Amino acid sequence: MDPLIDVRDLRFSYEDGTLALDGVDFLLHAGETVALLGPNGSGKTTFVLHLNGLLSGEGRLSVCGLEVEKRNLPAVRRKVGLVFQDAEEQLFMPSVLEDVCYGPLNLGLAPAEALAAAEKALRQVGVDYARDKAPYHLSAGEKRRVALAGVLAMQPEILVLDEPTTNLDPPGRLALVEVLRALPQAKLLVTHDLWFARALARRAVFFEHGRIVRDGALEEVLAQFHWDLSSAPTR
Amino acid sequence: MHHAVLDHWSRGRGVLHARDGQVKILLLIALLIAVATTPRLTAANVAGYAITVLAAAALARLPLPAVLLRAAVVLPFSATFAAVSLLAGDSQRAAALVLKSYLSAAAVLVLVGCTPLARLLRALEGLRVPRFLLLVVQFLYRYLFLISEQAQHMRLAALSRGGWRFRLAAGAVANLFVRSYARAEGVHRAMLARGFQGETVLLAAPRADWRDWLFLLCGLVLVTALRFGGEAPWTR
Repeated sequence: MDPLIDVRDLRFSYEDGTLALDGVDFLLHAGETVALLGPNGSGKTTFVLHLNGLLSGEGRLSVCGLEVEKRNLPAVRRKVGLVFQDAEEQLFMPSVLEDVCYGPLNLGLAPAEALAAAEKALRQVGVDYARDKAPYHLSAGEKRRVALAGVLAMQPEILVLDEPTTNLDPPGRLALVEVLRALPQAKLLVTHDLWFARALARRAVFFEHGRIVRDGALEEVLAQFHWDLSSAPTR
Repeated sequence: MHHAVLDHWSRGRGVLHARDGQVKILLLIALLIAVATTPRLTAANVAGYAITVLAAAALARLPLPAVLLRAAVVLPFSATFAAVSLLAGDSQRAAALVLKSYLSAAAVLVLVGCTPLARLLRALEGLRVPRFLLLVVQFLYRYLFLISEQAQHMRLAALSRGGWRFRLAAGAVANLFVRSYARAEGVHRAMLARGFQGETVLLAAPRADWRDWLFLLCGLVLVTALRFGGEAPWTR
């Protein structure tokens, strides 16, 4: 089966000359959930921003068989649903329902269809009760789930979540895990939250200095880089 | 998160909340024109307009003292001009300036207090206000609180490290600008990720029904009566 995401030798430098990606190779298959681990500044977020063409570096990058290039961007952005680290930035419309409708309407769906897609997505993440609320009246957990609904309403094949558990309390994290487990899409999780990664992913890749230095089973990756603090000395 | 008072009011369940946004805006405009063009404000005029505004506030179940207090924000501006008129010896014009601006501000407050911003923007769009302008207002309203919260946090951080002085405040403004700029880039990226291609597509606004049209009709009759009541032929 063809991979959903196929990345070969991806390189990218920011305008100030910082080399952010230094030859990344990565494959993602349908149904997989992969944790993207690594220190701050190792290129994880830069990498996921490439997946729907928000940044474009050198190298080969295809999503669901489509080359990620300018003429394919609308189709690619439909396939890859990106949930940003800061939900405040993602929820920019005046009401929850309007925000979740934003993506489907941009895809060219008729208003009635967009509304149906939005309502379905809100039910999937369990916040349909908040449809008429303003985003700034939501809790951090609700914001995160509405941001996810905004992406789900576009019916993507791949979900990419950047630090999705930031600012979430433990019940909020648990609720998010349950929502994500019920979703059939392939998932990429950029996270430092190992509890969260273990709850969802079996495979992990480890970024260091803009490269993937290890791709394998989550527990093995954690052990190799001494990334697991749960056995750290306690007082 | 701090909730804006107006935002809280606008999500209430008064009679006026249920009415169509466009109809409410049209009535407000009619009332503002009537107030502004009333040539000589008599006590009866003022009472008529004031009772109308207060009744609207009551129908919207807004707390009257708070509305009256908040409408006073226009007074420093109008009082300045009124003072000029007063110095020029035209006390009637001075009084009219203050009263008209205060009544208008109270009327605008009632409208904003009984219409959530999302519906207000949609109504304005229905009235052919350029969408670009409305988007600017929408983003401003969405992010204003976040930015002011950030400013509060910076002030607290400075205070906890020994003081908040003018030089620090100036630096904080620059810092806030940079952060707002970065946030704008983040928002733009989030828009692109969800298929933004330069045009904002919106859901269709809810349509006004017969109750809204009846409300508009009654309102226009009332405003006309208030404006021309004193001058009607049968009272001459």
